[in-house]
Amino acid sequence: MNLLLNLINGIGLGSIYAIIALGYTMVYGIAKMLNFAHGDVIMVGAYICFCTMSYLPLPGAAGTILGIILAMIVCTVLGIVIERLAYKPLRSAPSLAVLITAIGVSYFLQNSALLIWKSDPRVFTSVVAGWPGLELFGGQLRISAVTIVTILTNIVVMVGLTLFTGKTQKGKAMRAVSEDKGAAQLMGINVNSTISLTFAIGSGLAAVAGVLLCSAYPTLMPTTGSMPGIKAFTAAVLGGIGSIPGAMLGGILLGIIEIFAKAYISTQLSDAIVFAVLIVVLLIKPTGLLGKKINEKV
Amino acid sequence: MKKISKTTRSNIVTYAMVILAFVIMQSLIAGGQVSSALKGQLVPICVYICMAISLNLTVGILGELSLGHAGFMSVGAFTGVIAAMSLQTLPAPARLLLAIVIGGIMAAVAGVIVGVPVLRLQGDYLAIVTLAFGEIIKNLLNNIYVGVDGHGLHFSVTDSASLGLEGGIVLINGPMGAVGIEKLSTFLAGVLLILFVLTVTLNLIRSRSGRAIMAVRDNRIAAESVGINVTKYKLMAFVTSAAMAGMAGALYALNYSSVLPKKFDFNTSILVLVFVVLGGMGNIRGSIIAATVLTILPEALRAVNDYRMLLYAIVLILVMLVTNNPTLKNGWNVVKEKLAFWRKKTPVTAEKGGGADE
Amino acid sequence: MSKMVPVPSNSIIPERDLNKTPVLETRHLGIDFGGLTAVENFDLTIGRTEIAGLIGPNGAGKTTVFNLLTKVYQPTRGTILLNGVDTANMNAVQVSKAGIARTFQNIRLFSNLTVEDNVKIGLHNSVNAGMFSSILRLPRHWRSERDAHERALELLSIFDMQDLANHEAGALPYGVQRRLEIVRALATNPSLLLLDEPAAGMNPSETAELMENIRKIRDTFQIAIMLIEHDMNLVMGICEGIAVLNYGKIIAKGTPAEIQNNPQVIEAYLGKQKEG
Repeated sequence: MNLLLNLINGIGLGSIYAIIALGYTMVYGIAKMLNFAHGDVIMVGAYICFCTMSYLPLPGAAGTILGIILAMIVCTVLGIVIERLAYKPLRSAPSLAVLITAIGVSYFLQNSALLIWKSDPRVFTSVVAGWPGLELFGGQLRISAVTIVTILTNIVVMVGLTLFTGKTQKGKAMRAVSEDKGAAQLMGINVNSTISLTFAIGSGLAAVAGVLLCSAYPTLMPTTGSMPGIKAFTAAVLGGIGSIPGAMLGGILLGIIEIFAKAYISTQLSDAIVFAVLIVVLLIKPTGLLGKKINEKV
Repeated sequence: MKKISKTTRSNIVTYAMVILAFVIMQSLIAGGQVSSALKGQLVPICVYICMAISLNLTVGILGELSLGHAGFMSVGAFTGVIAAMSLQTLPAPARLLLAIVIGGIMAAVAGVIVGVPVLRLQGDYLAIVTLAFGEIIKNLLNNIYVGVDGHGLHFSVTDSASLGLEGGIVLINGPMGAVGIEKLSTFLAGVLLILFVLTVTLNLIRSRSGRAIMAVRDNRIAAESVGINVTKYKLMAFVTSAAMAGMAGALYALNYSSVLPKKFDFNTSILVLVFVVLGGMGNIRGSIIAATVLTILPEALRAVNDYRMLLYAIVLILVMLVTNNPTLKNGWNVVKEKLAFWRKKTPVTAEKGGGADE
Repeated sequence: MSKMVPVPSNSIIPERDLNKTPVLETRHLGIDFGGLTAVENFDLTIGRTEIAGLIGPNGAGKTTVFNLLTKVYQPTRGTILLNGVDTANMNAVQVSKAGIARTFQNIRLFSNLTVEDNVKIGLHNSVNAGMFSSILRLPRHWRSERDAHERALELLSIFDMQDLANHEAGALPYGVQRRLEIVRALATNPSLLLLDEPAAGMNPSETAELMENIRKIRDTFQIAIMLIEHDMNLVMGICEGIAVLNYGKIIAKGTPAEIQNNPQVIEAYLGKQKEG
């Protein structure tokens, strides 16, 4: 029973990673850059939701829903602004310069949050606080409401994104740009707006992930997003960077590994184990589980 | 008389700058004109200069981003403490030297362990793996206990009680870090370490190996096409860089009575990266100046302390945007060409007559 | 290689170097990219001091052939014999050491380094100071630096570029960068030099000078040169043998005169608009 519970909790945590990993993987696929600041967008989303729920005099559910919507709007705009101001001017720059800029943006977000919201941790009220969750097998197996909502959200997001990239004009444009920027441009696709759209979607999802993350782990601080961000990137790499199903698979696997490591090996070493997984994956299969090999053009 | 090349001249200026700064500081200290706060900063400044030079070797010369440089620093710090504290019989300077050497060697070993598998990766992947490595090291250090007594060193991964010490002292106490350290580091030792690190780095850059490293940075495929073993030279730069970070770490730890593993986290790696970026990637002298200024400045301007990290973030972004903006870059190149033209006018003819030597 | 005669059947210049092993011999060389065949049955022999041309329409697979020879890509099929030695188990670095040097279609210089350093990097495997002797500035370091410096200037003098030694490579004009790439390739002391569109972006007088220099390089260094080029004046002017590639296959081999009169070539290549 314990094993099953850990497995479900692992899938729950992994679903959060998966949603964050989507942001990394889509941006990496399209802009060929590691958006290091993605994890901090999560933190911003969580703070926006937190502030709306705490400071606006709205009754329970309305406040929560408004909080989530506002968080998504702010993060979407934030994602687009970051891309326009910091990354777009560097599109032809060496990847080292882009990565350092992204780290700068990440640091900027963290320290802005530190000035605005201070360093003391806030206790985030779960967005599904009213619902106790599920009890199965006569109370032997308790699945928390957050876990259920997270897993469901993940499924919705995954189906939605798959349909979006597969069926819609914009989604197809996105795939085209990630395959070959130049050719896409020749076909009349607006590369800049497609990249903006990718950042917008990724950042909007980051807000959702932020809310879910803080509902499950209620401590909110300016650094809240960085560790899950790095782990979600690990998940994206594990699944194969650039691949949407890969992000899903990688995220869930990583969540399970982390929860199992905590339960059966050592709480303190669980992060080390997660990162060791990343290193091992990169060494054995640098393209990840579902990624494809890219040949460098000479 | 031998003609002195531009690079040689520039290197001499760098060495002179360090020595001059040391002499000035020493005379100011002798005259009692240095505040105790600044005095306390002297060794850390030396440490950060060494860190910046060593990271510049990886970032500026090799062209790979390492986000776990503090990890190597911590390896050096903790092994250095163990070395210095378990050799009580030796005189202080010898213990410090030994600590720095052992710290450097152990960090180099860590560099090989990380580098051999990881340096096959490129770009962003390498950066993220070094970050992961830094976190792993921090995680492990939080769970390591080391003590020393009459029987020698004792290790444990559970707690300090399980070390089974007979009398002796606990050196590394899990999350409490290195404890009960004797302050062995001195400003002079710091400056000597800077000069050592500087010599290694500058001599390496201006050599067959250094050119190979920069060739890998500028164009990996072309480097392979002229027969340069890319992995070998990546590893050479990476491990040298790690070793120097380890030496700096040992110097750092032996400047305090205790050091937490938390000190060597991602923020420290980023701080050093800011020094390198602001000083100019590949510009060793720039790293020295940036590390010095950015370590002193926050102490001097306490008012902006709240905004310090925010400013660092903005510095990182702006420097990257400006140096990689084609318009600004071209403008800068034009200015440089003009300057070079003016300076060259006479020496060019002299060089021709002077013949080939270096 | 069906006929076992003293002269390899696919040799471009049969009368040269009959008794020596050819510099390069490929048999059934081919590569697939994800199911697509990019190069197929590439059989070619190049003699010791031959200047050979590889021509063909854009996308015919010419650069891919160079990438196969230099092991940027590992071939899917076939063998490459370099001075009689099979390169199957060699990587790019080992192939360079074994004697193939190249230039790149889209110039790949070490653009932040000086012209002299670029050439010195080409000399990497002919000077031998190790890391420690360099850091400690042992006599060995100084000796190797002096040798490298002298040799670099000597090589630069081929194109009369000694005066540019201290210039940053990336800031040089296009044509000069192309020449520097050739010098750098020569610095590796190759027995076969591969030039990928050496005349691209050059005007007719520069091209004429380049032709002169390619001959001069062959004569001075006694090496074989294989070049990819769209400028037919250059190809017909200096190549002693030409292979024509179309859709990854050799459709004709022979002397310039033979190629010019080959109906298949005219149809596939020359018959269409002139390129380059």
